Parts: sequence; structure tokens; C-alpha cells
Amino acid sequence: MKIIACIKQVPDSEAKVKADDGKISWGDAPLVINPFDEYAVEGALQQKEAIGGTVTVLCIGPESAKDALKHALAMGADDAILVSDTALIELDTVGAARILAAAINKIGGADMIVFGRQTLDNGAGLTPAQTARILGWPMLGLAGQIKVDGGRVTVDRVIEEGRQTVSAKLPVVISVVQSIGEPRYPSFMGIRKASKVEIPLWSLKDIKTTTPAAIIMRIELINPPVRETTVEMIAGDSPAAIAEKLADKILAEKVL
Amino acid sequence: MKTFVYIDHFKGEVQPASWEAIGLAKTFGTVVALVFGSGLDEIVKAAFEYGADEVIVVDDSALTDYRAEPYASTLSALASSSTPDLILFPATARTRELAAMSAVDLNTGVLTDVTKFELNGSQLIATRPIYEGKVLEKTVCSGKPVIATIPGRAFLKPERVVGKKGTLTKGEVKAEALTTVQGYSASESAVNLGDAGIIVSGGRGVSNNPALVPPAGMDEKQAEIWRAQQGFALVTELAKLLGGAVGASRAAVDGGYIPYSHQVGQTGKVVSPELYIACGISGAIQHLVGMRNAKIIIAINKDADAPIFKVARYGVVGDLFAIVPALTEALKKKLGK
Repeated sequence: MKIIACIKQVPDSEAKVKADDGKISWGDAPLVINPFDEYAVEGALQQKEAIGGTVTVLCIGPESAKDALKHALAMGADDAILVSDTALIELDTVGAARILAAAINKIGGADMIVFGRQTLDNGAGLTPAQTARILGWPMLGLAGQIKVDGGRVTVDRVIEEGRQTVSAKLPVVISVVQSIGEPRYPSFMGIRKASKVEIPLWSLKDIKTTTPAAIIMRIELINPPVRETTVEMIAGDSPAAIAEKLADKILAEKVL
Repeated sequence: MKTFVYIDHFKGEVQPASWEAIGLAKTFGTVVALVFGSGLDEIVKAAFEYGADEVIVVDDSALTDYRAEPYASTLSALASSSTPDLILFPATARTRELAAMSAVDLNTGVLTDVTKFELNGSQLIATRPIYEGKVLEKTVCSGKPVIATIPGRAFLKPERVVGKKGTLTKGEVKAEALTTVQGYSASESAVNLGDAGIIVSGGRGVSNNPALVPPAGMDEKQAEIWRAQQGFALVTELAKLLGGAVGASRAAVDGGYIPYSHQVGQTGKVVSPELYIACGISGAIQHLVGMRNAKIIIAINKDADAPIFKVARYGVVGDLFAIVPALTEALKKKLGK
């Protein structure tokens, strides 16, 4: 089975991200593989182990995003491709989906495309379903478990109301959630192997497409207002005494 | 301005943010509610009563189970023929896919998790969180219609006027299901933190009760999880008493103490309840941005220097295993329960 895991590089989730002079700054925090996409790579590798095949990791980004791809290679992916083009700086989710679909076609298609549920930076979580729509493939979203049997894939979909079992014929686009299992750590051998891999760089010309027009545009960045609170510490001689005081405070706030 | 409001429901239960979307759309002009599925009379009635001027209902057995592809095609066809200026969705697992796909069909874009709209002439400017809510951006969509999703509790729920009616239109299904729904189980972990008015959350601290002796034969990790589950039982008891939901920090979820659907912060899920009680949560930045919009925050933590106290209204430095059950007892008495 041919599996493609789509990933993105983002500032580490511990980073103190802020708006600085109309731009996003994350200080000296490292750029890492989007944490949700680590689960996508994990999910893809699980399928490779279960039924055989290859895992290709695909990323849109600047050359520095090769580090995120190397992380996925070190986890056990077979090869990696970076779509990088100076024309791709302002890309909205539909634009990203169009580029990914074009790259997937250039790869020669796949049986399964795996995404993380969303990225840490934009956080919209739209690209998986938009890629599926552009390809015309079924979308199996928010999978906590994936099982392939014959030409059919069945997932356990985690939604607000519980879990649903949903299936579709291959090829499919899947987005995964954390229930898929903790992403494996890159092995020593994996890291060594990844360091030697030459990651091909594809331009828009290579994937026979042009810059998609940006439909969603950012006009301003704002740092959220700092919450002005003074904490009132509740103390007392015993837990019961503290609880008594705290319960009165809660009731007085009229939030129950 | 004409707005489509998609009413999201699951097995007859409407996501309350659907009504909040009607209330918001009313402030822009005409509201057309879209109700898809089968056996929809009650939902259609409610949509009128919450303020829809028109309801387009597509009641068809082919739409019994939500599946992204036929729902998106049906929606896109209606939007093409009826040309709304805006399509609003309550933000849920389903609508994220639906909005995403219809945006491709209609060659437009989606503004997700919008917490504020401003009108600049006829252009809508949306404020939404990025980087897990660490930063907000104002964005515009140059496509038409503008598509947007709103989180629960970001906009006021309109008054329900019983008996209110409007224009009912029947729409047609564009069926092309590519997926099959084979089963459903309402797991205990089912939780919608976005709509919760009260959230009681546990963090790493819930596993930290050395007084508890785990059953024999457990290894270290199993014992830690067992301890944490005892801690979460206390958190759950307080949440139940208050009619609230159980939340968790990333540390608690990563520790395997509780399913990730309870996680506040980092999933892009910013909660805004009236009351948020953080038990044994130190307050990592992702958690703080996820819950700092709560009206009243109470922090219970052993460590007086924990960052969570910086956003709290009330704080208790102490052992959650003593304080939380005592608080449950005290509130039980005072509420007469």
C-alpha cells in the first residue's frame, strides 16, 4: 500500500508566540514537526507495518522544513518530498490543499493520504477535507484507529458525541487524532539513515501548477489583552474551613 | 445581507452554537437556516422559534447519517442557487469538514473559530485565534459567500419565541456518499467542552496522592494511572454536582489519565465557561490560552508559584485530595443537594 503523510513545520508548542510589529515572532524557540502531524506519521507507519507498503512524507514550506521531514524519516518513513517555492509565502488552506493535490498527482497518487487533525499555527483544520474534495476521494476525518481490509478502510472516528465507525473504499484521505497512539521516537539508526537522505525539492513548475490566489487574507495581528486579575488566596485552618470560604465566594459570584 | 446558518445536529440533538449563529446572523440581516437529515420537524420548528426568517429543509433518508460528501454537495448547490453573502456554522467535527468542502466547491474560503465580526462597509472582518490562541488575527475573505464557523458561547443565544413561524422551503439532496457509517457508541469520554458553562479540570497533580495504595501487581506506570483515576473521580464528582464538564490539561492526557477529548488548550479548543476550576494544574502556556477566557477561574494547587494563579480569581494553595472533596461537600450543603 502506498501511503503519503502530509506534514507541516511550526514553532514549538512551548514557544511564546506573539505579534511583533505586524509579524509573528516566536523568539528563539525551535521549529518542529507540527505535533498533530507526528500522529499522522505514526498512523501511516502503523499501516505500513500492518499490511506492508511505503510511507512518503510530503511537506510545503521553506528549505528549513527539511528538518521536519528528517524527523519523520527518522521515525521510519521511506522517503520525503518538500514543495518549496518563493511564490508560496501567503498560502491559505484551499491553496495548500491545491498544492498538495498537485504534488500527490505528481507522485503518482496513493492509496491513503494521512493528515494530522490541524496545525498548531493556523489551527483551522480545513486542509485534509479540502484535499479530499479536490482529489474527489472519500474523507475519513478524526480517526482514532485505522483498519484496512481488502480494498476497504474502516476508521473509528472520534467526535464530540462519542465514536463512530465509518468506512470507505481506497483511496482515501484520513485525518488522525491522538488516540491513534503515541508517536514513536526516532531510533538511533533512523536518525543516521535520515541524515543521509537527499530530500527532493519541488517547485510549482515541477508539480505543474501555479500560485493559487489567496482568498483568506490577514489584515492585522493582535496580542490578546492581558487578563487583569488579582488573585484572592483562600486560606484556613482545615480543608473544610477553606472549602467553606471558597464555596461562599463561588456562590457570591452567581456563576452556578 | 443574507446569511445561511447551518443547523448542526446529531441524532436529533442540536449543537447550541447553531442557535447562537442564528442570533449573530440576525444582526446582519436576513437569516436562512439550513436543516439537513431525516425526521427534522422538531429542529425546523426550533429554528423558526430561535429567529430564522426562512428554513430550507432537506429531509431525505439518504441524509440520515451525516456524511461529509453528500452534505457538502447539497449545501454547495443551495448556496449556488440562492447566493447568500455569508454561511455560518457552529464549529464542530462535522461542520469543519462540511465548511472546508463547500469552500472548495464554491471557490471561496473559511474563517474558523471566529469570536468577533466587524463590518467595514460590506466587508466582514473576522477575529480568530491562531497559534493555539496565543495570538489573534483579523482576517477577511475575498470569496463569496464568506464562510465562517463560530465556537460555542462566543455569541449570545437568542430568545426562543414559541410558536414563531417563517417561510419553509424544501431543498433537494445531492447524494454521492463515498463513506458508510457502520456504528456509533456514545463513549463516556464524549464531552463538549465548548458548550460547557462550568468546567472542572484536572492536571498532573491528580496522580500525586502518595497516601493511596494501588492494588498489588501494578507496575509503576499502572500505579500512577490508577492514582490519577482516583484523583479524577474527585474532579468528576465536583463537576457532576455543578452540572459541568470534566476538563484536563495536556499533562494529564499525555500521562494516559483521561481520554484526550477532555483536553483544554492545544487542540484549538478555547473554552469560555462561566466557572473554571483547575485542580492540580500548574498552567502551561497552552492550557492558559485555552481557558483564560473563563469568567471566574479557581485554582487549587500545591505549588504557590504555579502560573495558574496568575490568571485565577480565587486560589487555594493546598492538597487537591483534601480540598476538592471538601469543596464538593460544602457546595452540596449550600445548594441543598
